[in-house]
Amino acid sequence: YPPLTTIPPPAKYGGRHTVTLIPGDGIGPELLTHVRELFRFCCVPVDFEIVSIDSKSTSDDDMNNAITAIRRNGVALKGNIETNHNLPPSHISRNNILRTSLDLYANVIHCQTLPGVRTRHRDVDIIIIRENTEGEYSSLEHENVPGVVECLKIITRKKSLRIAEYAFNAARQNGRRRVTAVHKANIMKLGDGLFLQCCKEVAAGYPEITFDSMIVDNTTMQLVSKPQQFDVMVMPNLYGSVISNVCAGLVGGPGLVPGANYGKDYAVFETATRNTGKSIANKNIANPTATLLASCLMLDHLRLHGYASMIRKAILATVSETRLHTADLGGQGTTSEVVQSVMREIESKGPRTSEQI
Amino acid sequence: SSGDGIGPEISTAVMKIFEAAKAPIQWEERNVTAIKGPGGKWMIPTEAKDSMDKSKIGLKGPLKTPIAAGHPSMNLLLRKTFDLYANVRPCVSIEGYKTPYTDVDLVTIRENTEGEYSGIEHVIVDGVVQSIKLITEEASQRIAEYAFEYARNNQRASVTAVHKANIMRMSDGLFLRKCREVAENFKDIKFTEMYLDTVCLNMVQDPTQFDVLVMPNLYGDILSDLCAGLIGGLGVTPSGNIGANGVAIFESVHGTAPDIAGKDLANPTALLLSAVMMLRHMGLHGQAKKIETACFDTIRDKKVLTKDLGGNSKCSEFTGEICRRVQDME
Repeated sequence: YPPLTTIPPPAKYGGRHTVTLIPGDGIGPELLTHVRELFRFCCVPVDFEIVSIDSKSTSDDDMNNAITAIRRNGVALKGNIETNHNLPPSHISRNNILRTSLDLYANVIHCQTLPGVRTRHRDVDIIIIRENTEGEYSSLEHENVPGVVECLKIITRKKSLRIAEYAFNAARQNGRRRVTAVHKANIMKLGDGLFLQCCKEVAAGYPEITFDSMIVDNTTMQLVSKPQQFDVMVMPNLYGSVISNVCAGLVGGPGLVPGANYGKDYAVFETATRNTGKSIANKNIANPTATLLASCLMLDHLRLHGYASMIRKAILATVSETRLHTADLGGQGTTSEVVQSVMREIESKGPRTSEQI
Repeated sequence: SSGDGIGPEISTAVMKIFEAAKAPIQWEERNVTAIKGPGGKWMIPTEAKDSMDKSKIGLKGPLKTPIAAGHPSMNLLLRKTFDLYANVRPCVSIEGYKTPYTDVDLVTIRENTEGEYSGIEHVIVDGVVQSIKLITEEASQRIAEYAFEYARNNQRASVTAVHKANIMRMSDGLFLRKCREVAENFKDIKFTEMYLDTVCLNMVQDPTQFDVLVMPNLYGDILSDLCAGLIGGLGVTPSGNIGANGVAIFESVHGTAPDIAGKDLANPTALLLSAVMMLRHMGLHGQAKKIETACFDTIRDKKVLTKDLGGNSKCSEFTGEICRRVQDME
C-alpha cells in the first residue's frame, strides 16, 4: 500500500533486518512471542529488538526509548499499550504519542471476508485509510471553568491533502476503482468541510478513480446492510476508529484483521482494532491470526515477499479449518494449536530453496 | 406537526390508527416551519410553541430544511426552543422484516445539546480549522440521570456508558465520571463502560449483548443510526426527544421522500412506532401495546406491506389493515 517512492529502503546489516518489538499489555506479549517463534521456525532473517513500555509508569523514559528504537530501525511490530484511567488527563495515550511522534499519518486496514469464517455478510473487501495523527485525537483539551471542558478537533489542509493523496495512490496501485470519503460536513462545516474539499482536489488528479462521499452515520447503516458496495474509504481519525471497528466486526472480529501505520520514514504494524484483550490474556485462548498477519504485512514492507506469502498462505489455510477456530470465532481451539498448525502447514510445503525466498 | 413530503399522509395514517384504537389523544396540529420573528431572528411560530408549552407532548413528521442561506436547521431550532436534551431510540428487531441481525433489543440514549455539535468552529490560520467539542458537568449529569431513570421505568437491566476517555481524557473523562456518580444512586441497574470502538466492533458481531447505551452527542448520532441499520433502517425506527420541563417530542427520523409524496406509497411504521413510544411516555401502556402488536402482526403476516417492506400495498391499505387488527382486539 505505501507509495514505494517515498519510503526509503529498509535498513539491513549482514542480510538481516532489525525490527523494534513492543510487547504492550494484555494479549500482546504472548502473541508477539508466537510471532518470534514462527519466525525462528521459518528462519526469517529478522532480529527483534524488544522495547517494553510500562503502562503503569508516568515517566517518559520508556516512550523515548521506544521512539528512538523505531527511528533507528525504521520498522516496528507492536501490541496495544493500555491507557491507565486513574492517571490524570495529562497522561496521554502511549499509542497515540507513538503515532504522532513518528508521524505515522496513514492507518491502513484491509477487511476481507475470509474462507472458513462464518459471518453475516459475504464478499466484503474494503480498504480503510484513516488519518492517524490529527482530528479528534489531537489531545488538546482544557477546563475553562470547573465543569466545562473543551476538546479541540484540529483539521489541517496539509494533513487532509496528505491522507487523500495516500488513499488515491493506494487505490491506483491496487487497481481499486472507487474512493469514498466519510465525513460529517453537514454539521462540522468548517472542519470536515475542509477535509472533504481536500479529498475533492486530490480526486481531480485521479480521473480513472470514482470519488464520492458519505455522511458517517449513513455509512454505518449502509455497512451493516450492504457492505459490498464499498471499495476504498478515506476519513479523519475518529470516524476511522468507528468504521474500521465496524468493518473488522463484519468480517469476523478483532482476532482476524491486521493493521498498518505508515509514515514517510517509519512503519509500525499491529492488529487493526488495537485491543489489549486484558480479559483473555495469558489463557492461551486469544486468536493469533491478526498479529501473525500483521507480521506478514511487516515482512512485505521489508521486501521479504517470499517469507510473507509463505506464512500468509499457511495462516489462511489454518483459518479455514473450523476445528481450529479459537473462542472468538465460536470454536474451542487454543492459541498454540493455531500456531502449531501454521508451522505444520509451512513444513508440509517442503524445504525452501533460495529461489523461492 | 405533520411535516413535509410524505409527512401529511403518514400523520393521517397514525391518527386513523389511534382513532381505531380509541386512544384518548386529542390532536392539535401546528406548523413548525421556522419564521422570522421580530428582530429578524428565526423562530418556531408562536402558535406552535404555545401549543407545546400547554400540552407538553408532540408528534412530528419529517421536516425539510430549506437550502436558503441563513435558514437554520429545523431540528436544531426545535431542539433549542424546547431544550430537547435527550434523544432516545429503542431498536427492536421486527419479526417479519428480516435483516442479518435478529433479537436486537437495545435503546440508545444520546446527549443532544452539546458535545461535538456545539457548532463552534473557526479557521485559526489559513488551512487550519479547529472544531470545539464541549462537555459540561451539568449536561453529562442530566443525560446520565435520564438514562438510568429510563432504564428503571422500562425494566431494563443495564446501562452502558460509551466513551473514548483513553484519548479524550478530560472531556469524555468528565462524561464518564458523571455517569459513574449517577450509577451510584441506581444500584438496581447494572452499570458498565465501553470504548466507542469496542462497542462498534461488538455491535456488528453480537448486538444482543447490549441493553441501554448512554453517550455524548456524536457517538450517539453514529451509534443510533448504526443500530437503526441493524433492525432495518430509518423507515421502521422510532425516536423520541425529551426536553426540560416535561416536554417530549416524538418523531420519525427518516427523510421527507419527496419522490413518493402524495402517492399513497409511504410507510407510516416509523411515525407510528414513535407515536407508540409517546403513549408509553404518557403512561398509556395498554393502548401502546395494542397498537404496536397490531403493527407488528401486520408486518409479520406479510400479506399487506408497503413497497419498502417488500410488498406492494398502498399506505392506506397498510393503515387499514392495522386499524382492522386494532379493532378486532377490542
